[in-house]
Amino acid sequence: MDPLAEFRAAVADPASYVRSATAQSGKKAVGTLCSYAPEELIYAAGAHPVRLFGTSGAERLADRHLQSYCCSLVRGVLEDALAGRSDFLAGVVFPHTCDSIQRLSDLWRLNVPGAFHIDAVLPARLDTASARDYLLDVLRRFRSDLERKLRVSISDESLRRAIDLYNRIREMLARLYELRNENPCGIRGRDVHTIVKASTILDRDRLVVVLPPALQALEDVHECTAGNKAKRVLLAGGLCDHPELYSFIEEAGGVVVWDDFCTGTRGFSGTIDGDGDPLAAIAQRYAERPVCPAKHRGIRERAEHLVRLAKEKEARGVVFLLVKFCDPHAFDYPYLKEALDGAGIPSMLFEMEDQLPAEGQLRTRFEAFLEMI
Amino acid sequence: MAEKDPEKEKRKIKAVAKMKEIMTAYYIDAKTAEQTGKKVAWITSGGPVEPLIAMDIIPVYPENHGAMIGASKMGVDLCTKAEAMGYSSDLCSYARSDISCATVNGGPIGGLPRPDMLVCCTNICGTVLKWYEVQARYFGCPLFILDTPFCHTGFHDEMRRYVRRQLDEYIAFLESAAGRRFDYDRLKEVGRLSIEGQRLWQAVLDTAAHRPAPLSAFDAFFHLALIVTLRGQQQTIDYYRMLLAEMNERIAAGIGAVPDERYRLLWDNLPVWFRTKWLSEKFAAAGACLVADTYTSAWCGSLKYADENNFLESMAECYTRIYLNIGVDEMARMVVDMVDKYAADGLVMHSNRSCKPYSLGQYDIQRLVQERRGIPTLMIEADMVDERSFAEGPTETRIEAFMEMLKTRKAA
Ligand code: SF4
Ligand code: SF4
Repeated sequence: MDPLAEFRAAVADPASYVRSATAQSGKKAVGTLCSYAPEELIYAAGAHPVRLFGTSGAERLADRHLQSYCCSLVRGVLEDALAGRSDFLAGVVFPHTCDSIQRLSDLWRLNVPGAFHIDAVLPARLDTASARDYLLDVLRRFRSDLERKLRVSISDESLRRAIDLYNRIREMLARLYELRNENPCGIRGRDVHTIVKASTILDRDRLVVVLPPALQALEDVHECTAGNKAKRVLLAGGLCDHPELYSFIEEAGGVVVWDDFCTGTRGFSGTIDGDGDPLAAIAQRYAERPVCPAKHRGIRERAEHLVRLAKEKEARGVVFLLVKFCDPHAFDYPYLKEALDGAGIPSMLFEMEDQLPAEGQLRTRFEAFLEMI
Repeated sequence: MAEKDPEKEKRKIKAVAKMKEIMTAYYIDAKTAEQTGKKVAWITSGGPVEPLIAMDIIPVYPENHGAMIGASKMGVDLCTKAEAMGYSSDLCSYARSDISCATVNGGPIGGLPRPDMLVCCTNICGTVLKWYEVQARYFGCPLFILDTPFCHTGFHDEMRRYVRRQLDEYIAFLESAAGRRFDYDRLKEVGRLSIEGQRLWQAVLDTAAHRPAPLSAFDAFFHLALIVTLRGQQQTIDYYRMLLAEMNERIAAGIGAVPDERYRLLWDNLPVWFRTKWLSEKFAAAGACLVADTYTSAWCGSLKYADENNFLESMAECYTRIYLNIGVDEMARMVVDMVDKYAADGLVMHSNRSCKPYSLGQYDIQRLVQERRGIPTLMIEADMVDERSFAEGPTETRIEAFMEMLKTRKAA
């Protein structure tokens, strides 16, 4: 049996998966945008958190609300909601991130009936004591908003259980990355993508059960010798929902060894301290995890982080996969590239639109880059 | 020299000359700051300038500079330079032109004076956060970020506490950057002047409620510079008093901004700086006056939260609850209020490719205004600085069709 079957099913059709999972578990599904959504609280409230990525429907209902210069993620999420494809959600949570998600929250609140709607207006900076205190205040409000909307009470005890569970999940995902890092051509990039994406969709109680055998199966994969020749590549950017890109990189003679994505390492890095006040511990992890460009924590941290990662993972090159119209990442790109140049690490930029360019063109670009590095 | 058209001369606002004088003096002051030993702070347009004024630090506004770049049609060149530096052409054109301008000292005034510090307030967008990070790296000077949480549906106590605390951090930042103690009494005075300036600016804009409107949004775009740049200073008050008096004289004499005003329109979003003249002439030729706009009124929109007897305390709310930092529904309510206040017959919206917080959500505002007031609306696709995002022909056609519609409605 395919040890990844359940992961694949969830990724192929998140809505159907969550519908049937919640029918069995009796949990309510709560959608989230962006990796700063404090999922631990949603889980502690007895609900099933689901990260929304959006699909591109043919109806183009979102065009009545969004101009052409809006990123595909925001457009896709609104499209799904307007088309009724998100009606499995009991609620949706908008953490404050970028200007586009900020307006998506308003548009959802005004146009999508049904699901409850919560804004978690997180701070835009994470480097001061006042910002961290405010972050904790936001989590407190979020806790009581969730309690009201879901008609439950979230005890400290349930938060501690959530912390424990999320720590385990994040450790396992980190283990997955280590496995791939050690044996990058034995483990396919798209399988890692599938597991990581599914980890934001699967019922988390189920996830901790199915992850270990999946990891075991990957651990058993034979170390492949082509690994000596394939060039180690690190991916950087926001998120990548085009797993075929991994295959192109692999077929062009590269292997993806690590990433700096919010759907990747930024999303699962950092352990929550199990002792002390659970809410404060959760807040601390969000403040300290690798920062997203929409949040401020110093003016060089992201470049230092990326260069360190690239060196540590012995990457020969970095591929930036940026979502078109994504301002925060586009602003950081030149300085990140410069920092990589300074460290002698070549990089290339690939801007992703809704539709990828023709396959031939893509292959040529990756081949050219991999040849150069 | 050709004879001056007396009809045109009559409509010219006389205060313009004084305004140019003040702005020129201000830029000279800023550009010679190094010689005079004054400190220069770059600050975002929505940022709290009063503490700077209280510290005798010269505030410089890259966005105002961006507007000048746009108006002098130097935007495409500078934006292209930024793109060559690796910045995507989808980013805000103020940011793009400022980032490249800093490296070449280009633009209409040969670049801005070098900053000693940067002050970035997130109340207008997330773009400024990234833009000021870029400049902090480039200039190697200290950066202060005032984080004003977004008010989707309200302003909560924890937001007030957070912003209030940051104002103390801001003051401490200025003390260390300027090497001087902060004068709280001076801030009270500056705060009083700031609020008075905002009231006068509001009064100037209010005169457009008269028929015919003595000034149009195109005039407001120009006269705005002082309330943005020199808020909290006596000269700003003196200037707006003079401008207000002139507007009242025009009202008394029945002089309108547009000859034969037949239609009154609202403008939404930033100006299209490189086409203001063209647009104003297009509308004027059809007898339409843009009597008010959501942009210039943003610099007095917080008056309802201001307390001149307790300026520092009220700043948190004033600077957080501004037009771009609130939900789409509240924005729509404000637009509807403006439709009523200025008796507008239609709404013209600039879908501005540069500015996501201003533009995403506009379609919904358009629909809400149509539903509530039943007035025609027009959407213009453009950008405030980057001319490549503007197509004159199609825009002209749409304006003409829109004016036709207004005409038929009026006739009915
Ligand atoms: S891809 Fe970028 S612009 Fe789009 S939602 Fe994410 S951070 Fe915002
Ligand atoms: S135009 Fe919009 S995106 Fe650009 S700085 Fe102003 S508010 Fe920000």
